[in-house]
Amino acid sequence: MNVGRRVRVPAPLALPAVAAAVIALIPAFYLATQAFARGAGNVWDEIFQSRTWDLIVRSTWLTAVVTAASIVVGTVGAWVTTRVALPGRAVLLVLFALPLAIPSYLSAFAWISWQPGLEGFWGAVIVLTCACYPYVMLPVAAALRGLDSTQEDVARSLGRTQRQVMWGLVLPQVRPSITAGGLLVALYVLSDFGAVAAMRYETFTWVIYGAYRAGFNPSRAAILSLVLVAAALILVTLESRARGRAGAVRIGSGVGRNRRNTASPRAVVGAVVASLSIIGVGLGVPVVSVISWLGRETQRSVPWADVRGAILDSFLIGLLTAIATILVALPVGIAASRYRSRFSSAVERSTYVTHALPGIVIAISVVYAGIRLLRPWYQKLPLLVLGQLLIFLPLAVAAIRNSIEQSSARIEEAAKSLGAGTMATIRRVTVPLALPGIGAAAALTMLNAMKELPTTLLLRPTGWETLATSIWKYSTVSDYSAVGPYALTLMIVTAVPTAIVTSLTVLRVSRPSSPGRQE
Amino acid sequence: MKCPRIVRFAGLAMAGSLLVVACGNDNAEPSAQTTKPTAGATITVYSGRSEKLIAPVLADFTAKTGIEVDLRAGDSGEMAALLVTEGDASPADLFFSQDAGALGAVEDAELLATLPQETLDMVDPAYRSQDGRWVATSGRMRVLVYNPGLTSEADLPVSVDDLLDAKWKGRIGFAPTNASWQSFVTALRVLRGEDAARAWLEGFAANDPIAYEKNGVVRDAVNSGEVAVGLVNHYYLYEKILAEGQDAVKAKNHYFRNGDPGSLVNVAGVGILRSSKNVAAAQALVDYLLSKDGQTYFAEKIFEYPVASGVAQYDELPSLADIAPPSIDLADLRSIEATQELLSDVGLLTK
Repeated sequence: MNVGRRVRVPAPLALPAVAAAVIALIPAFYLATQAFARGAGNVWDEIFQSRTWDLIVRSTWLTAVVTAASIVVGTVGAWVTTRVALPGRAVLLVLFALPLAIPSYLSAFAWISWQPGLEGFWGAVIVLTCACYPYVMLPVAAALRGLDSTQEDVARSLGRTQRQVMWGLVLPQVRPSITAGGLLVALYVLSDFGAVAAMRYETFTWVIYGAYRAGFNPSRAAILSLVLVAAALILVTLESRARGRAGAVRIGSGVGRNRRNTASPRAVVGAVVASLSIIGVGLGVPVVSVISWLGRETQRSVPWADVRGAILDSFLIGLLTAIATILVALPVGIAASRYRSRFSSAVERSTYVTHALPGIVIAISVVYAGIRLLRPWYQKLPLLVLGQLLIFLPLAVAAIRNSIEQSSARIEEAAKSLGAGTMATIRRVTVPLALPGIGAAAALTMLNAMKELPTTLLLRPTGWETLATSIWKYSTVSDYSAVGPYALTLMIVTAVPTAIVTSLTVLRVSRPSSPGRQE
Repeated sequence: MKCPRIVRFAGLAMAGSLLVVACGNDNAEPSAQTTKPTAGATITVYSGRSEKLIAPVLADFTAKTGIEVDLRAGDSGEMAALLVTEGDASPADLFFSQDAGALGAVEDAELLATLPQETLDMVDPAYRSQDGRWVATSGRMRVLVYNPGLTSEADLPVSVDDLLDAKWKGRIGFAPTNASWQSFVTALRVLRGEDAARAWLEGFAANDPIAYEKNGVVRDAVNSGEVAVGLVNHYYLYEKILAEGQDAVKAKNHYFRNGDPGSLVNVAGVGILRSSKNVAAAQALVDYLLSKDGQTYFAEKIFEYPVASGVAQYDELPSLADIAPPSIDLADLRSIEATQELLSDVGLLTK
């Protein structure tokens, strides 16, 4: 079933892909220069402290638990919305995806103000799992929807139980989607500061922020960040092993029949309970909290002009980041899915490394590079967009790769056999087939850029105020009635790209098949 | 598409100038720098103080001098990291920090210019850099906020050591992640040594203090009677009275005296970047912040302790001479990272 061919990546694709890798490695380059500026001895001294090991253990533990929980919740969510005969499954899927629209610093604070006792490890697990499971759910739902159901019917008719079909046939086919989503979750957990800070669970990121905020020591922060870079490399390697050689691609087409969804009472009741819990925990708590801040002080009028300005600034930053990120991610995604080789996987992996770094580290590295090399753009839009791009590039690469892998390579082969050149095939077949995935990647980048905080704070053009920076501005002075309108607006505004991501990732996946469909 | 900063500042400027005129119109004499070589200039200020706190005084400065201010606000430590990373190419003219530590870090990176002696002389030597590269603009004091319904005034502790008494078990609120609390612990380490500080923290932890997310939440918990007392900064009480009226607020401030670490005074301050191309305009802002108008804003509007120009503290506050806060070199409060490690160790910071 492996349709990726081990061939040379054509030069017109390889060049931009290498450029993407170089851009993606800016932070790693900065960290290395900064860290080794005072000699390797200093690096070992900073890293080999008694606390470091302890923090690595804590971070590893948190990453493992959140990743496992996200895989379970995400897969359950995907199963419920694709395999159980529930009414309104499309709406349900969007509701499941909506926690993507809520920044972790916000939902952590919502949980703390409701249940102060949750502080600590399990509080961090809840908040981070809610923020992350959609990264598993969306690709898994897409894969489940695209599976050829006749295979399952055949297995059943040969006497396999439903359970055997699930574990033996379905799961292996969605495994690449699960591991790819799990990787993004794990990298995000390593980088997160908002949730663990509010939950007071000390992780490795906590000491990196401490090095800036309490130690006033950017070079110590750089040294500690190298540990996260190493962790990211390990995770990326593990994932490519776990993904296995099997692609989740259906080569031929199935017959044009709809899958019969489970309608057994047990499954439906289970699905309803699961749905209510996912929505209640992931969406209910933060939304109710934010609405209660709004109600706290009703006499004060909402500064609508400022809110409108913040929406515009957020939107523009999100849009430009989305466009730039897609342009950089596209060659990487195509190379990684269609021209599998050591080269293309090295390029792809290099774009993932930054995702484990906290926003402040990426911001400072862009400051370092930008003020030396791109002075006229410093604290202007292009550099802010670059900073955001570095953070969200792997999300876009993963979405594009996932989408291309789900389309059949046979059509491209047909195009080539009919005389189309490599680039013409990419332009006229691969990209159009991947358009829904590209759109999903763009929307995903956009919604993340709109809620991003640390990079925006340092790199935004003077006077720009996004929804996220407004939330930050008022929450630092504990003015929660002023935070309310911005927080609620942010959730509503980012809900739109979230719905687009969901629909393009999952709902557009034709079932059983579009290429070579038999009518 | 962008609501220009100027428009926003113009609005704030009008509001701000009304406030300042209303509260101090007898000293409307212009500061020395109003003599226009710098009017029309724009300076870039990196601030670790929140925009909400300082926007009014900056707007007033612009109204009085014609110098526009581009403000970039963030965490003080992150702003210091930004400045250190930018080095001589920084677009910033002035750094307005929430605490002395971040100013010291930028000073150590040799990025701050020496301030004129007459500027330095406006501020008590304890509240400025020894090398003359930054000055405090206002001070804040640690206090014990208490609920008179839950503790009699006679029972209130004379020293922070009295808080270790069993009678306070489970009745003290504090904000473990708050920078001012961590500065207090740092002062304890500096004043008494590592072992004594650890012993105090262990005793404190054994008394089951209640951790809250922020100082303001501690204050609210004291006011509502959730806990009897709380360790916070002095101005939180007055913020609440300003917002909700005196009748709504039961809580009161209790001060530690005679050099007790419990009444540590920490400062916010400013320094001018050596790389600034607008030194005169930046200096004008420093002078404005230390002038009668600037100091009156800090004293009357955000209830901080003024540090210059003979401006008196807010009426309800005791004078610094009255309290006799512990004498400490503010540069010694830099070791907050070590404080955080100690707090983690005794189980007071993280879970």
